[in-house]
Amino acid sequence: MKYLYLLFSGLKRKKLRTGLTILSIMVAFLLFGYLSAIRQAFDAGVDVAGADRLIVRHKVSLIQLLPQSYEARIERIEGVDNATHSTWFGGIYQEPRNFFAQMPIVPEELFDMYPEFVISDEHKAAWLETRSGALVGRGLVDRFGWKLGDRIPINATIWGKKDGGRTWEFDLVAIYDGAEKGTDTSQFFFRYDFFDETRAGGTGQVGWYTVRVSDPDKAAEVAAAIDAEFANSAFETKAEPEGAFIQGFANQIGNIGFIIMTIMSAVFFTILLVAGNTMAYTVRERTNELAVLKAIGFTDSGVLGLVLGESLALTFVGGASGLGLAWLLVSMGDPTNGSFPVFYLPTANILIGFVLIVVMAFIVGIIPAVQAQKLQIADALRR
Amino acid sequence: MFNWISQVFAVTQFSMRSLPQRKGSSAAALLGIAGVVAVMVGVLSIAQGVLKTMQSSAGDTNAIVLRSGSDSEMMSGLSGDDTRIISEAPGIAQIETGALASPELFVIINLPMRSTGTDANVPLRGVQATAMIVRDSFKLVEGRIFEWGLNEVIVGTGAQQQFAGLDIGSSIEVGQEQWPVVGVFEADGGLSESEIWVDAAVLQPAYRRGNSFQSVYVKLDNRDAFDEFKDTLTSDPRLNVKPMRESEYYDSQSTTVYNLITGLGSIIAVIMGLGAVFGALNTMYTAVSSRTREIATLRALGFRSGPVVISVVSESLLLAFVGGLIGAGLAWLAFDGYRAATLNWASFSAITFAFDVNVKLLAQGITFAMVIGLIGGLFPAIRAARQPVAQALRGL
Repeated sequence: MKYLYLLFSGLKRKKLRTGLTILSIMVAFLLFGYLSAIRQAFDAGVDVAGADRLIVRHKVSLIQLLPQSYEARIERIEGVDNATHSTWFGGIYQEPRNFFAQMPIVPEELFDMYPEFVISDEHKAAWLETRSGALVGRGLVDRFGWKLGDRIPINATIWGKKDGGRTWEFDLVAIYDGAEKGTDTSQFFFRYDFFDETRAGGTGQVGWYTVRVSDPDKAAEVAAAIDAEFANSAFETKAEPEGAFIQGFANQIGNIGFIIMTIMSAVFFTILLVAGNTMAYTVRERTNELAVLKAIGFTDSGVLGLVLGESLALTFVGGASGLGLAWLLVSMGDPTNGSFPVFYLPTANILIGFVLIVVMAFIVGIIPAVQAQKLQIADALRR
Repeated sequence: MFNWISQVFAVTQFSMRSLPQRKGSSAAALLGIAGVVAVMVGVLSIAQGVLKTMQSSAGDTNAIVLRSGSDSEMMSGLSGDDTRIISEAPGIAQIETGALASPELFVIINLPMRSTGTDANVPLRGVQATAMIVRDSFKLVEGRIFEWGLNEVIVGTGAQQQFAGLDIGSSIEVGQEQWPVVGVFEADGGLSESEIWVDAAVLQPAYRRGNSFQSVYVKLDNRDAFDEFKDTLTSDPRLNVKPMRESEYYDSQSTTVYNLITGLGSIIAVIMGLGAVFGALNTMYTAVSSRTREIATLRALGFRSGPVVISVVSESLLLAFVGGLIGAGLAWLAFDGYRAATLNWASFSAITFAFDVNVKLLAQGITFAMVIGLIGGLFPAIRAARQPVAQALRGL
């Protein structure tokens, strides 16, 4: 108790300096939290990718299509539980900057393949009844303020209609929520049967397959078996785990992880300097007082603990409020206005943040603390 | 007035001379500001690099024609007939072999990135002979041009650096075929350098495109010829196309990436800057409080508060300026010209670019540092000047 009291009186000694140091530490952790969320957004989906799902696409490039007949052939391969296809629609809602993913898909297969999409039974039934119906993620619905029953026109950039038109109209009949925080709820699904009979060209061709394997440990073997099945055909495939596919995509945007690590290092180095300097100054200024403490019977390690404790109190208050602020800022919404499929602060990063707080408190406090510990009473009092 | 100015000089000189006594805390503030500026300039140089790549892609008198309603070549589609009609439009520059119009095919091919080994959507462009004339900056730097009609490709320098397996002598796999790389080209840092080029007549069957193209690039007689060119095409009932100046087209291609990076970079810089302001404030308050007696003595001697404020602020500004200079210099050394690849969302394909730390960014960085220094110095300066002289002299 007496230590706690001493610790706080130490911090209260120069309120302004303590306040400013806490604020600069807060900024460091605010950035840490915010950048973690940005990194998560770029890597969206890697964490939550189904370990038991593979993506099978055209070997040469993602823009080339595969025959719909592959579904049955893939499902006959040993170790495959189910296969279904998706196609990139690439349409524009009102204007190009309103980008979001639209894909025709077979409804029953989607319900089976993606357990992370939570859809009520009424919505499922409504979608199965409406040929032009669309199933839309909660995030996307909120982004454009849509509601059930809305008719959503989308201008095709790739897929013209048989009647020569380029505007497809979909009825919003179903909404899905994410089972996890990281589930992408920015997608727009519509029915493949409606798509296939309406599109002008490419009938019977699909973009890529999602395949569920019965045993995730054998995913690599199943992927190899799928590629072997279609080797030397006119449509060769490349099968890979869903996580690897998404990671590959994120890598194309750039080495976001590296950039963010670099920024974080610069930030922490900077703050370490500022806070470390303050702590050193505080101890130097209080040489006398510390010597008095020792003279009246405080042990060396007691004084060491006192200085380290002060450092911990500073970084903890600053760090925790920084993380809290980051959480607040992140939950206020994504800075790109909906371009990120997910934007949240992962729990793991909050924990890492707290570990960093302790580490930083130690680094900042240790040198002044040791100095305080080694203080010779007589010398110090004479100064 | 003269007296006032000489007071400013005297006090400022005084405070500068005492700077070495506060090495530790001054260095901390200085390095803090350097860190902020380095990060800010570094991140923004990515956006500048992308922008520069796009801008140097655009030919001054060039235009591009896409199907109307499409925002990039990837989504566009033009029949062989369309491209013939377009090449007959007025305003297009002529050479002996005909109009300088280049119908092109634009697809992507999966190639592994050197950095990560994972696949990238590398742009693969089918061209005719005019493509190399329409683009003024096109220059073969190694090997030779592919033989027309053969499965051979040439690659841009950016693509060669960033993606694996594009050296002369190696070949890319397209379905059942191997297409050897026979040459390397430059395009003045433009977008083409990220691409692989092949004869359009070879690419069409490989990607099942029949006799269709996706875009027509044209060189016009002069800048003013664009309006007539555009009007002719848009009013032609046989066509449904969107002609754009190249500058306009490439601008639109880079908007998304540019805004994303600039937006995020600015947010990061502002938050970091705030941290640096707190650091600078701490340093300056400490500096002022350690000099309380000096300042009070000066005031007692008749120095006025204005010069005292200015001396503290200029010390802080000096620290910030040096910090900004170091930060900007570090960013320039570390990032300028650093080559990387990213995904151009508009065309769903990879672009390679070099980080661009330009004078404008350096100036921006140093200005930002000075703002931090100003805020960090002003409040402590005011406190120093307001301190009652008698109390300060007695206080220590």
